[in-house]
Amino acid sequence: MKPATLPQAFSILLRRDLTLAYRRRSEMINPLLFFVLVTALFPLGISADPALLREIGPGIIWVAALLASLLSLETVFRSDFDDGSLEQLLLSPHPLSVLMIAKVLAHWLITGLPLLIVAPLLGVLLNLSTAAMKTLLLTLALGTPVLSLIGAIGVALTVGLRKGGTILSLLVLPLYVPVLIFAASAVANSDAGLPVSAHLSLLAALLVLAISLSPAATAASLRISMS
Amino acid sequence: MTHYDQTDTLEARDLTCIRDDRSLFSELSFTLKSGQVLLVEGRNGSGKTSLLRILCGIRQPDEGHIHWNGGDIYRLATGFNAVTAWVGHKDGIKLELTARENLVFARSLGTPSGLDIAEALDAMELGGFDDVSAINLSAGQKRRLALARLLVTRSPLWILDEPFTSLDTHGISLIESMINKHLVDGGMLAVTSHHTVTLDSNDITRINLSA
Repeated sequence: MKPATLPQAFSILLRRDLTLAYRRRSEMINPLLFFVLVTALFPLGISADPALLREIGPGIIWVAALLASLLSLETVFRSDFDDGSLEQLLLSPHPLSVLMIAKVLAHWLITGLPLLIVAPLLGVLLNLSTAAMKTLLLTLALGTPVLSLIGAIGVALTVGLRKGGTILSLLVLPLYVPVLIFAASAVANSDAGLPVSAHLSLLAALLVLAISLSPAATAASLRISMS
Repeated sequence: MTHYDQTDTLEARDLTCIRDDRSLFSELSFTLKSGQVLLVEGRNGSGKTSLLRILCGIRQPDEGHIHWNGGDIYRLATGFNAVTAWVGHKDGIKLELTARENLVFARSLGTPSGLDIAEALDAMELGGFDDVSAINLSAGQKRRLALARLLVTRSPLWILDEPFTSLDTHGISLIESMINKHLVDGGMLAVTSHHTVTLDSNDITRINLSA
């Protein structure tokens, strides 16, 4: 008998995480709800002036997306760590970094993609122009996977700590900042009719960098945390 | 059922484990061959679990080496993972998944033994629980589901940490006969247990970490 092939293991792990998320959907909806609520509360708290909202809208949406992602990060490994499944992943004959890609992909599908889907609605709420809305979606599509990929390294490092939440934010937030800067200013630029291709290229570069480095770093961090 | 390679050897040389500035054990050496059992004994906190975690490669020893067929297990890495199966103190099953889903996942993380999932569940007397969420299983049933992993995958080296926890006498004899069969097939076993383990094999190496 040959070992189960890597693509098989990858797809079974991905499907397992999606099934788990579906069965825990009340828990999984939290970050999305947070994203919508924070964004919706800003006009109430500051002012409903359309011109002002249009100016601060991109920043609000991106900050909310970033915090929502941070809020959901712990779910990547927490339950696997608690019930011992993480040990089984670590001891599988498959390369751990590839399995990590499946974990992060599942996490993005569960927490990142929904942000993308509701973002146009929030764009309307904050009076963004059509051009800005398009850019917003593009930046979210490029940026949220980066957040999941970077976040996974942080969670892998802190999963063994009982109260790792605070240290996780401190570890991960500084690395989130470039994404926030490029993404929010791209949306603001496109609202002002300025070119955004440079920003988008930088975000895409960050994504490529994160995809190539994060899985190996996450795998190595997990090995340290578990030993 | 095909037999395992009779020439497989696990050799530990001068293992030392230090935890929180306390030496749990030092210069521990032993060899485990096909069909043999390593029974790790000792009081609570004497380092039994740490030793098993070192043997399966989750943890590195502070000193010493472990060799599988002559190769360092940290160099073999995933190659060594392919020959080991670990059931730790935690069951490693997902409560939200059904018994079948749990085993499908476990099988994808190892070398499939060719045994059907339904057959494995039957062997663990969990037949009929295929589509029951693990959350609805009793503690003993969960433990048997965790141990059913050993049946759906094929690994010559089983490393079991307190496998009999929460099992009743019938469950214990079920696992013991499963282990006996594994040893007859030429497998090897490293185990800790508070229960007296009754095995057919006379080839048992005992290590007492409290001594």
